[in-house]
Amino acid sequence: MVYARLIAMRLFKAVIVLFMIIVFNFFLIQMAPGDPAAILAGEAGATDQEFLRQLREQFGLDQPLYVQLWRYVSGIATLDFGYSYRQQMPVLDLILARLPATLLLTGTAFVLSLALGIFAGSMAAARVKKVSGSLIMALALVFYATPLFWVALMAVLLFSVYLDWLPAYGMFTVGAHYTGWAHVLDVLNHLILPASTLALFFMAIYTRMTRASMLEASQQDYVKTARAKGLKDRVIQRRHILRNALLPIITLAGLQAGQMVGGAILTETVFAWPGIGRLMYEALMQRDYNLLLGIFFFSAALVIVFNIFTDLVYRLADPRIKGAS
Amino acid sequence: MTDTVLSIRNLTLALPKGADRSYAAESVTYDVAKGEIMCVVGESGSGKSMAANAVMGLLPKGVRPTDGEILFHGEDLLKLDEKRHRELRGLRIGMIFQEPMTALNPLMRAGDQIAEVFEAHGLYNAKERQQRALALLEEVGIPQPEKAIRAYPFELSGGQRQRVMIAMALALEPELLIADEPTTALDVTTQAQILELIRDLQKRRNMAVMFITHDFGVVAEIATRVCVMRLGKVVELGLAHNVLDNPQHEYTRSLINAIPSNAVPPTRDAREPAPLLEVRQLNKVFRSRGGLFKPSREVVALNDVSFTLDRGETVGIVGESGSGKSTLGRCVVRLERPDDGELLLDGVNLGALKGDALRRERKRVQMVFQDPYASLNPRTRVGLAIAQGPIANGVPRKEALQQAGDLLDLVGLGAASAERFPHEFSGGQRQRIGIARALALKPELIVADEAVSALDVSIQAQILELLEDLKQKLSLSLLFITHDLRVAAQVCDRIIVMQHGRIVEQGTAQEVFLSPQEAYTRELLDAIPGRAHVAAAV
Repeated sequence: MVYARLIAMRLFKAVIVLFMIIVFNFFLIQMAPGDPAAILAGEAGATDQEFLRQLREQFGLDQPLYVQLWRYVSGIATLDFGYSYRQQMPVLDLILARLPATLLLTGTAFVLSLALGIFAGSMAAARVKKVSGSLIMALALVFYATPLFWVALMAVLLFSVYLDWLPAYGMFTVGAHYTGWAHVLDVLNHLILPASTLALFFMAIYTRMTRASMLEASQQDYVKTARAKGLKDRVIQRRHILRNALLPIITLAGLQAGQMVGGAILTETVFAWPGIGRLMYEALMQRDYNLLLGIFFFSAALVIVFNIFTDLVYRLADPRIKGAS
Repeated sequence: MTDTVLSIRNLTLALPKGADRSYAAESVTYDVAKGEIMCVVGESGSGKSMAANAVMGLLPKGVRPTDGEILFHGEDLLKLDEKRHRELRGLRIGMIFQEPMTALNPLMRAGDQIAEVFEAHGLYNAKERQQRALALLEEVGIPQPEKAIRAYPFELSGGQRQRVMIAMALALEPELLIADEPTTALDVTTQAQILELIRDLQKRRNMAVMFITHDFGVVAEIATRVCVMRLGKVVELGLAHNVLDNPQHEYTRSLINAIPSNAVPPTRDAREPAPLLEVRQLNKVFRSRGGLFKPSREVVALNDVSFTLDRGETVGIVGESGSGKSTLGRCVVRLERPDDGELLLDGVNLGALKGDALRRERKRVQMVFQDPYASLNPRTRVGLAIAQGPIANGVPRKEALQQAGDLLDLVGLGAASAERFPHEFSGGQRQRIGIARALALKPELIVADEAVSALDVSIQAQILELLEDLKQKLSLSLLFITHDLRVAAQVCDRIIVMQHGRIVEQGTAQEVFLSPQEAYTRELLDAIPGRAHVAAAV
């Protein structure tokens, strides 16, 4: 009941925010020099003013700005994101075709980094003055400080080129036409390198955060109470320390989750993963504004959805959070 | 003694290198027998909790035993390995801590936290554990136990949380209960209830109790025997009434004497009634901001509060937590804006001032805060901390710093301390700095919000003396906010008792203390620990 009302309220706010984002993005694109018609015409080698005028008329670019904005916004309200003239396809189809690949990649990376990060972090916290604990933290620092693309390239060099264990690029073996489980395995095989590359950075952050947060929690009075009960260290670590240390990690996880659509451009480019990130990159290079706007919209929507979701998780994790804000 | 449960023999605990002394406890020797309450008394830093921590095997990092033994039923606890020691904890030795706010896991239900004790020792199944937790909650007298068992700590009051702690400590009927300042953080009426509960349970179960406290009032209430500690050493050990009535050691005497007594100073000569502060029908309601779909919540902090404070007078505002006394203080210094009503300082309505006008007037009322640790910026030298007020009011920096030095002299710290940082001072010294800071703007009225509550009794007495002294010297008026009726009776000309945002009773200290008119005031007075004892001694 409380949740239903909360979600309703947040969704209502989300619609307003989304609307503002749409308008803002629209004007942002308008400010970019050159319109798509000029570029299309330029690439076609035509300098004919009449041809340009026709193109603009066809795209509706000759209309006043507020008419264009109104058309765009009312289009989105009916899930019409416009047409990509470069790709000769509706924007929505393009995005939906690429979305699963990206979500598979970023989702895997998300789960991987969260699970491994919290695990490594709690190990490091429990072994705070031991060599093993310091080793974990040193590794985390290395992953944290190393640029993603470099890790990606090195991973390709090591696992694909030298060891030949894993494929270097793509989402499935071209021309193999696997079906059923063979297809699944093939995709998973392709997924390992990009997903772990993407996961490393966040894993390092979660590790460091979990450790710091747990060490802080272990100083609290209730930990002493727990020890006075005669509980085993293992139980205290998990039930009292880790549980209380999780709250800041949830915040961060919410942030990472929000980046699931737009956050993998680099990885997708290096590994030639057919996802949204690459689509966005191409759209940007080709000034495919409708497509770009569509991708912006989806990224923003996902951030909002995950913000709401994070708030809900917060409520589950901490009974003290009751208010709506 | 035949029924000795715990016997501490020559216990010496070494502090890590670099501490302000080398031993946390030195050759500490005392016994705790079945059916008695042994009170270990001392001021902060006396090492009174250290032996208890050693008994539990929960010594802070770096502190280690170098000599002596702790015999629990004849077995040396210092020689136990961690596993054996853990099996004793909770099962045969229970412990209650000081801070009910933080000693419970905020994310676990009360019932689950109690049930954990059984789980830790592998007893019963999940259902039985919950049943026993419920029975325990009933035994410690929590209202609506079947609701409390499902409650999270934040949903319980301080006293209720402490009852949950006690239920937890007593779950497995330990032979020894260690209580480390279990009532220090509680209101006086709650404190009285919890003390009674502990005494009651101790009798019913014939337990040995080791009760650690800094408060001789509490000692007088419950102790069978007393062990007074100072700087890690036992200075006096004996039966409670012997120690209280006939203390042998000078330090014990000074501690007992430092307790604000019930003897109320006679009402001073009537001054010419010249009101400095007039508070008329002050109201303040805190509202949590309601949202689009969310109702707002209201807490009435001040409800129709009116009183006057004459020039040169000390008025005490007394109440328990949530009574609105601090809000009143914050309104008087205008850290909080009253909803309506008047705050007349010399005829100027402070309550209605805004912006620049408020900035000009507010230096006339200054505040001394409760927590001497949190109220000073750790990165600012104390001289500058004191000078900042005058500088903000246009005094040239050099002159302001000069004055800060003089003020430090005045509060007994010496001008040379201006160059030092807050962490270099003790709690009492910091409170002197806080007072110097309040004085820097040459105010007419000082609001002291629980200014001595965080201090040890001997330091408390010194600070009260300083305040009284400064009041005379600088002809100040004082609004003294406190939860401690004994302190109020000592320093205040008039006392105002508050409850739930209303003034319940006001009158001279004599009137309020010796012939209280309202039931609530009587309740507060009766709850003061050790009152019966002190009254008998006077």
